[in-house]
Amino acid sequence: MEFAENIFVSLKQGILKVLANFLPDWMVVLAAILISITAIAIFGPVTMMYLTWLERKVVGRIQNRFGPNRVGIFGLLQPIADGIKMLTKEDIVPESADRVTHFLAPVIVVMPALLVFSVLPFGRGMTAVNLNVGLLFFLAVSTLSTFAIFMGSWGSRNKFSVLGGMRAVAQMVSYEVPMVLSVVPVILAAGTLSTVEIVEAQAGGKWFLFTPWGFFACLIFFLCGVAEVNRTPFDIAEGESEIIAGFHTEYSGMKFALFYMAEFMGAFAVSGLTVTLFLGGWQGPWLPSWLWFLLKTYLFVLVMIWFRGTFPRLRVDQLMGFAWKVLLPFALLNVFVAALWTLLPAPKNHLVALAAEIAAVFLIWFFSRKDAPQKRTYTYAT
Amino acid sequence: MTTGSQTPLETQMLEVSVGPQHPSTHGVFRMNVVLDGENIVKLKPVMGYLHRNHEQLAENMSYLGSMPFTDRLDYICGMTNNFAYALAVEKLAGIEVPEKAQYIRVLMAELTRLVNHTLLVGFLLNDLGAFFTPVLYAFREREKILDLFEAVAGSRMMVNYFRFGGVKADLPEGFLGKVKEILRNYPKFLDEFERLLSENEILRSRCQNVGILTKELAVSSSITGPMLRASGVNYDIRKVDRYSIYDRFDFRVPLGSVGDVYDRYYIRILEMRESLKILEQLIKQYPEKGDIISAKGAQAAKTPRMWKPAAGDAYARIEGPKGELGFYVVSDGTPKPYRYHVRPPSFINLTILEDMCLGHKVADAIVILGSVDIVLGEVDR
Repeated sequence: MEFAENIFVSLKQGILKVLANFLPDWMVVLAAILISITAIAIFGPVTMMYLTWLERKVVGRIQNRFGPNRVGIFGLLQPIADGIKMLTKEDIVPESADRVTHFLAPVIVVMPALLVFSVLPFGRGMTAVNLNVGLLFFLAVSTLSTFAIFMGSWGSRNKFSVLGGMRAVAQMVSYEVPMVLSVVPVILAAGTLSTVEIVEAQAGGKWFLFTPWGFFACLIFFLCGVAEVNRTPFDIAEGESEIIAGFHTEYSGMKFALFYMAEFMGAFAVSGLTVTLFLGGWQGPWLPSWLWFLLKTYLFVLVMIWFRGTFPRLRVDQLMGFAWKVLLPFALLNVFVAALWTLLPAPKNHLVALAAEIAAVFLIWFFSRKDAPQKRTYTYAT
Repeated sequence: MTTGSQTPLETQMLEVSVGPQHPSTHGVFRMNVVLDGENIVKLKPVMGYLHRNHEQLAENMSYLGSMPFTDRLDYICGMTNNFAYALAVEKLAGIEVPEKAQYIRVLMAELTRLVNHTLLVGFLLNDLGAFFTPVLYAFREREKILDLFEAVAGSRMMVNYFRFGGVKADLPEGFLGKVKEILRNYPKFLDEFERLLSENEILRSRCQNVGILTKELAVSSSITGPMLRASGVNYDIRKVDRYSIYDRFDFRVPLGSVGDVYDRYYIRILEMRESLKILEQLIKQYPEKGDIISAKGAQAAKTPRMWKPAAGDAYARIEGPKGELGFYVVSDGTPKPYRYHVRPPSFINLTILEDMCLGHKVADAIVILGSVDIVLGEVDR
């Protein structure tokens, strides 16, 4: 048990101990950093590879089919086959494209997706960098991918790409606001921006999900997160049926795969952060902490895949309307409720906050109800 | 309007050519779109990429010879295309159709309607951005009906099943049992589909009040089929003409009230339920005994290159799944038709596309196109 819990931590320390025998101290410190970097640089892409496999399998099952099952048992080698195919594919750059931008965009898009892994607490003592502004770092870095997306769309000089890029930027600007606001209650309650300490604040099953404000903040955060990583039903930047493939229309081979990789790693990271903020991170009984983290994260990843298998896409104006008219006021009210919950004197605060939350939900429902689509009845000609 | 020193930002229109290679134009169809941001200012449909000289070909071969080619018009509904062409030539040559063949024909036509509407709803959802789930559910049900077509005609889509004065072959044994099974399961499937789709808030908000087609415009631009009825016009050729034996069945014509994409979508679901009702009545009335082709028709089928209808012309039309499908045939007394003309519903329903799309977003244009229900094989012929 103890062994399973510490397997990764002890592995790193073991390697460092061996290295310390024949390396100077400063190089051991460097090696410690390098080990963390290598671990993330391997974990990210491998996760992505098997997320594509998982998505194809799960969506396949949703759609009454098997999904990949030709390469390896259960198609487990499919991601590798895909990788080989992507690597050996011809790389096509449009003649009129801005070659530098076109080349740089897929390279840059992966970086923020990998960087955010550095502040995710994968388990007890398993955070690559324990930043005291970890949460802020995550939110700031994850938005950087939009620059790369816009670079790619502008650099390809394709009208569909430009449309997709514009959509991506507008979407990011809109969804970043409620996303950040939905995190504020957590910061209020935990009193810290460090992801590690936020997890520790939820020790003993006191997950923020179980508070009224936490529940709705989790909902808002996850929805915004799905929108941030451009996944169904918020995938208007790709908008396959409308603008062909959006920002990556002109990309093929490995460059396309890099965009895909960024999307999947982003999806994993956002799920991981949702778990960290609201579901107690790696906290949980019996199983090793890192396993708990992965289990909870994959729960959210599966929800995203489930979305993909069932939902049609929203239109661009509806998407913006949803962010500004529903999510933003709700997130603001939620901050207020969380403030009541944490700052009022002890006996009455929970009751007051609960009442305020119910009032908030009612308010949002009341004002957004007129935008809701109607049920229709049909007549028959005689 | 500008106030004070503020001047509006200068913007440019974006001209985009959606198609002919585009995932959602249902084939090689092109829309030249002028966009102001995401809004459509101008839209021009461009057809002709799949032109195959269908009419000219038919004028250079025997009457029966172009029967297989009609399958390739609207390749999803081979049976109804056969039906309309057979009706036209029967009218031209005055061929009677025996009772049993009439029943088989209506059976096939209504099954085709089920196939077409199911697929349309699936593809419409794909246009809305769903990731293939509704399409594959639709395909699952369609396969069962295509199996029946294969059993009876030997081919799943290119059926070539109808003959002048009847049909090619009798129903195989156990066929009606299979139809009954489909009739039992289809309502369940439709309910499932509706739970997944009609009650989906994203679908509703994407479809409602999008691409409204008014009654007046629909009538004046000769729109037909479910699209016309979604605009609230009570016009179903099965009721108006009562061709074949449609007067023996009791079914209703659902009508929309707004004429938007959602109405067009839902009218099709309701029509499928009515088709099921027709099929149920048909199976009860089905005569086990009887000829499947009249003597005169058999003569035409036996020696197609010698067969000459008397000089004259005839136009016959049916309520195809997509709208009024008509064939106009002129005979000059030779074995080849002097003139052969198709009135394709997809093509004529498509002419109204710009009026429905103006002022909407790009994403809406795709959905509106999907709700028109076109098959490029029929648009371009």
